[in-house]
Amino acid sequence: MASREEILAALRGAAVPAQPLPAEPPAAAVRYPDPVARLADAVRAVGGGMVRTPSAAELAREVAALAGRVHATRIVSEVPEAGGGTLRLTEVADPHDLEGVQLAVLPGAFAVAETGAVWLPTAAFRHRGVFVIAEHLALVVRADAIVNDMHEAYARLRFDGPGFGVFIDGPSKTADIEQALVIGAHGPRSCTVFVVG
Amino acid sequence: MTSPGHAVPAARFAANEERAHWHDGALWLVRQKRDRMAGELPEWEELRERAARIKAHTCSRLAEYLEAFEREATSRGAKVHWARDADEHNRIVHGILAERGITRLVKSKSMLTEECHLNPYLIARGIEVVDTDLGERIVQLAGEPPSHIVLPAIHKKKEEIGELFHRTIGTEAGASDPTYLTGAARIHLREKFLAAQAGLTGVNFAVAETGGVVVCTNEGNADMGTSFPPVHIACMGVEKLVPRLEDLSVFIRLLARSATGQPITTYTSHFHGPMAGGELHVVIVDNGRSRLLADEAFRGALACIRCGACMNTCPVFRRSGGHSYGWTIPGPIGSVLAPGRDPAAHYSLPFASSLCGSCDDVCPVKIPLHDHLLERRRQLVAAPARGLLGKRFTMRVARMVLGSRALYELGGRVARLFLRHGPRWLLYGPWNVWGRQRELPPAPVRTFRDAWRTRGTGHG
Repeated sequence: MASREEILAALRGAAVPAQPLPAEPPAAAVRYPDPVARLADAVRAVGGGMVRTPSAAELAREVAALAGRVHATRIVSEVPEAGGGTLRLTEVADPHDLEGVQLAVLPGAFAVAETGAVWLPTAAFRHRGVFVIAEHLALVVRADAIVNDMHEAYARLRFDGPGFGVFIDGPSKTADIEQALVIGAHGPRSCTVFVVG
Repeated sequence: MTSPGHAVPAARFAANEERAHWHDGALWLVRQKRDRMAGELPEWEELRERAARIKAHTCSRLAEYLEAFEREATSRGAKVHWARDADEHNRIVHGILAERGITRLVKSKSMLTEECHLNPYLIARGIEVVDTDLGERIVQLAGEPPSHIVLPAIHKKKEEIGELFHRTIGTEAGASDPTYLTGAARIHLREKFLAAQAGLTGVNFAVAETGGVVVCTNEGNADMGTSFPPVHIACMGVEKLVPRLEDLSVFIRLLARSATGQPITTYTSHFHGPMAGGELHVVIVDNGRSRLLADEAFRGALACIRCGACMNTCPVFRRSGGHSYGWTIPGPIGSVLAPGRDPAAHYSLPFASSLCGSCDDVCPVKIPLHDHLLERRRQLVAAPARGLLGKRFTMRVARMVLGSRALYELGGRVARLFLRHGPRWLLYGPWNVWGRQRELPPAPVRTFRDAWRTRGTGHG
């Protein structure tokens, strides 16, 4: 504990003059007339795809079509209306056994039109890493759960206990070799956002 | 007088003209992407201003916010550790691993652990340490430090990486396609992720209000490294705090746009406590930061969010490469920070700048970088280290000449005479650093002083 006290004392000893914290909320940013259209553009701009489905039945069909396109036979689904999947997270004891999952279908809490990002809380999942270890990712959000920008997004978040949540913006990517963009670095090689309703 | 510190390796880098131009162009593209993204937001300048104010406020109450963070993080099940310096940081991390018998560690990017030289410390104690960010893995396999804080392997050509991967991870000889090489690294590192017993990450932001830490990556390596091994160690400098959850929105909007021209990184991961059945350790490190905070002239530099925009825009960085700075953080921000650590070792860095101010214009938290660089120069010249004695002498002579009209006029006459009639070997002797790649200007036929004296005549 000596280090803790020493560091805190040194920081206090720096005697930085008081500076006010901005109290007023950030000025209103752009409000998109059609947030779904903007979301589609934003998701595509980061290498993802967006599919609008009017109903749950349509959603299940579209997700099945995606599974077919990526030849997925090991599928985790945490979205019952999107189809059951072939593997239940609750039946997987060790997260390492998720290696080889080809498609994960997960419920996003909301999406952000500004950036294309989807907020994924993981408290309900037995293994949080399913979103990154799967070869392909499908995120399902409701059409009335699209916020304009990141300010509105953070206003929605609450962290009352332990937990992990992540904004996901498209498929995993890297440009570390000569700045050449390569999709599928460590995580999913594709990311499709399904907007329902 | 040139100072040998930065100039010598920079000259070596620039000697390979093709590579220097390529490096320059690659970073300029990143700068242009940043400009496009910044230009899309009408509120960009307001965001920068707000970010600067939040950071200034946080720095003015850093101790309280750290205590609040510790309280909240602990209540969510994290264990908080405090390290005064690099050595204590390394000992804490090693202790956590050793107590649990852990010998396989995967890391995502952390400039703090580079600063503390954690990797060699752990490797010497029998821990396998694998950097998992692709760029970091490349430089780790090559036995080099990163040359850029966001693009660690930007100095390497794909053919070199192909050769390196062929030697180290068994890719096909002669293969240099980035997609192929990235795919091979994915397979190689997937094995490491699944075999790891602990994952270490840096911290982009820590939230005092909630006790959470936020890590941003595009590859997903931080998430792979912290979702499968049961132990997560997150290392952060004391300056990473923001007071409130809502403040994150400001910084998240600025960070990726400034760094790579993306609206947000692919993964922006919020850790509050450990995963079920696991452990989260947060190591809070001072290592010179409280001293920087106490330094009125430079405390603003603690606001840095490590986006690398000042490097991408810096004409000196783009043409000299990150390694020429000889410190963990290169570029304008590194040149401000490094002399605060060790003025004698890094005396040349504040001079590795044209003071064009472009870094100030792109900095998302409005650090007045070129003012800081100038102030570093002032302080270094006032208490000169070895390489700066020459500069001090030159400045004295300049003061004498510029302070006396007679000397100034005489000097001008001698210089013009010399420019017209001096032999080339003398004009471009070793003293003339400026003239190494440029021709000196021709001596004017008529000086400004002559023109002024005879003004009004000859103009109808």
